[in-house]
Amino acid sequence: MARGRPASRATMSVNAEQVRHVAKLARIAMSDAEVEAMVPEFNNILHWVEQLAEVDTDGVEPLTAVIENHLRLRDDVVDDGNCRDDILKNAPDAQHGFFAVPKVIE
Amino acid sequence: MVSDYRIKGATGDWEVVVGLEVHAQVVSDAKLFSGAATAFGAEPNTQVSLVDAAMPGMLPVPNCECIRQAVRTGMALDAVINRWSRFDRKNYFYADLPQGYQISQLYHPLVGPGEVEILLDEKDENSVKQIGIERIHVEQDAGKLMHDQHPTMSYVDLNRSGVALMEIVSRPDMSSPAEAGAYLRKLRAILRYVGSCDGNMEEGSMRADVNVSVRRPGGELGTRTETKNVNSVRFVMAVIEHEARRQVDLIEEGGEVAQETRLYDPDKNVTRTLRSKEDAHDYRYFPDPDLLPLELDEAFIEECRASLPELPDDKRKRFEGLGITPYNASVLTAEVETARWFDALLDAGAEARQAANWVVAELFGALNRLGKTIVDAPVSPQQAAELLGLVADGTLSGSLAKQVFEIMLDTGDDAGKIVDERGLKQTSDTGEIDAKIDEILAANADKVEQYKAGKEALFGFFVGQTMKAMAGKANPQMVNERLRAKLN
Repeated sequence: MARGRPASRATMSVNAEQVRHVAKLARIAMSDAEVEAMVPEFNNILHWVEQLAEVDTDGVEPLTAVIENHLRLRDDVVDDGNCRDDILKNAPDAQHGFFAVPKVIE
Repeated sequence: MVSDYRIKGATGDWEVVVGLEVHAQVVSDAKLFSGAATAFGAEPNTQVSLVDAAMPGMLPVPNCECIRQAVRTGMALDAVINRWSRFDRKNYFYADLPQGYQISQLYHPLVGPGEVEILLDEKDENSVKQIGIERIHVEQDAGKLMHDQHPTMSYVDLNRSGVALMEIVSRPDMSSPAEAGAYLRKLRAILRYVGSCDGNMEEGSMRADVNVSVRRPGGELGTRTETKNVNSVRFVMAVIEHEARRQVDLIEEGGEVAQETRLYDPDKNVTRTLRSKEDAHDYRYFPDPDLLPLELDEAFIEECRASLPELPDDKRKRFEGLGITPYNASVLTAEVETARWFDALLDAGAEARQAANWVVAELFGALNRLGKTIVDAPVSPQQAAELLGLVADGTLSGSLAKQVFEIMLDTGDDAGKIVDERGLKQTSDTGEIDAKIDEILAANADKVEQYKAGKEALFGFFVGQTMKAMAGKANPQMVNERLRAKLN
């Protein structure tokens, strides 16, 4: 089973439009100048990571941990929660026990 | 069996292709990745841990019970259980999602292909159709937004944030609203038998995304639309009907169906665009680095299998094997509470056929009238078994049993006590019956003449008069016999 191995090893690069798209997905406002500056930075990172693709990994199972380790599961026990004041403490606005945010209706 | 459901267009017939993605809330005490409670209806934000609120540095630890419930559900759907699965992050920003991503399973779901058997006609055992299940994956629910509490603000309650969901993805195997309805009802029944989801659609424990496309009969698949978050069987059926019609009209007017996400408005019974493909989310899935792969050992799998109850289809077949009609068997197994009540009635010694007829006709009728469900039925299975036993041994006639049952509903008393106290026993005393018959025949000499002259329909009249004279307590079979002896 190929577990999440990249299907293609073609060289990736991004342009200004893609940088804007990523910024929008991350809800980050960027000026045109910042976008322009970011394009080569993104491409440098991509290029650097792509060096990994030069290693032949055919037939090698993806490594999920460097030491033998298994996912620990918890029992179905309620032992947390009931800390509304803590939860809401960092909220810019809270009313009647709710987080209050600018109206969002999709 | 092939569906003959067609949309009649101006240019000919169209076939509908439907697939459903059902989100079912998993029954567990604690959330999927935290120890906060899942109970419905708590005060806002009281069932939220620092993990659910996505405070920095918090790490998810999967709840074993949620995994177990999803595996048991997969087994009940005859599905492949993947010993190795993994959690992925689905990234998007919304006010009800503090993490900025939902932990889900895109690439390697916990449960693989399975199937659900539906009956296209409830009264016809042979009208079977298999609906394919593509996969079930486990994921986190989001919080709840309230938009109507404040003019400019939305309120966020994270109590539901992090509660475990199973997303059950069907194959596009349904070809009518009725098939989709039957599938959803069957799926809901199975989940409730298994106990992995309470199936409460009003509280949002089960909701469906409905994928619909149309095509010429047997032709290439058309472009599909997805209508999100439909929360009742009736609405799912309405969405399919409406959306298929809309697509056919659009195509026949020269337009094209756009692949898009739509919303259903039950008040107006229309669907409308939520977002088009161009604005579609770009979820940038990737494996969640906070979670190792989920590996199941055989002991866990075996424990899950051993814990499965008898499922609706098996129960239905067992009931039919006891001589119960297919229709009754299907009615008695549709809801897990009914099936359990009926099993208790059998355990209390009731004869299966008679008991099935009585539950479907008398008990359901009474519950309907009283606005009650089987769970709060005023009579227990043991009391019902006693009543049916009194019919079986000839103590009560059918009509006396109805009277006794009414009194049981009113008073909560046992059938035997009612019979003793009120003298409602049927009489098989031939002397008493003969005496009454003689009186009736003497008082209706003209009708006796007519009967003897060939007007045989009058026999029913004599039976009725005799029963009336005996205050309904005569054994009807005995009355028939004695009347025949005297008249012929």
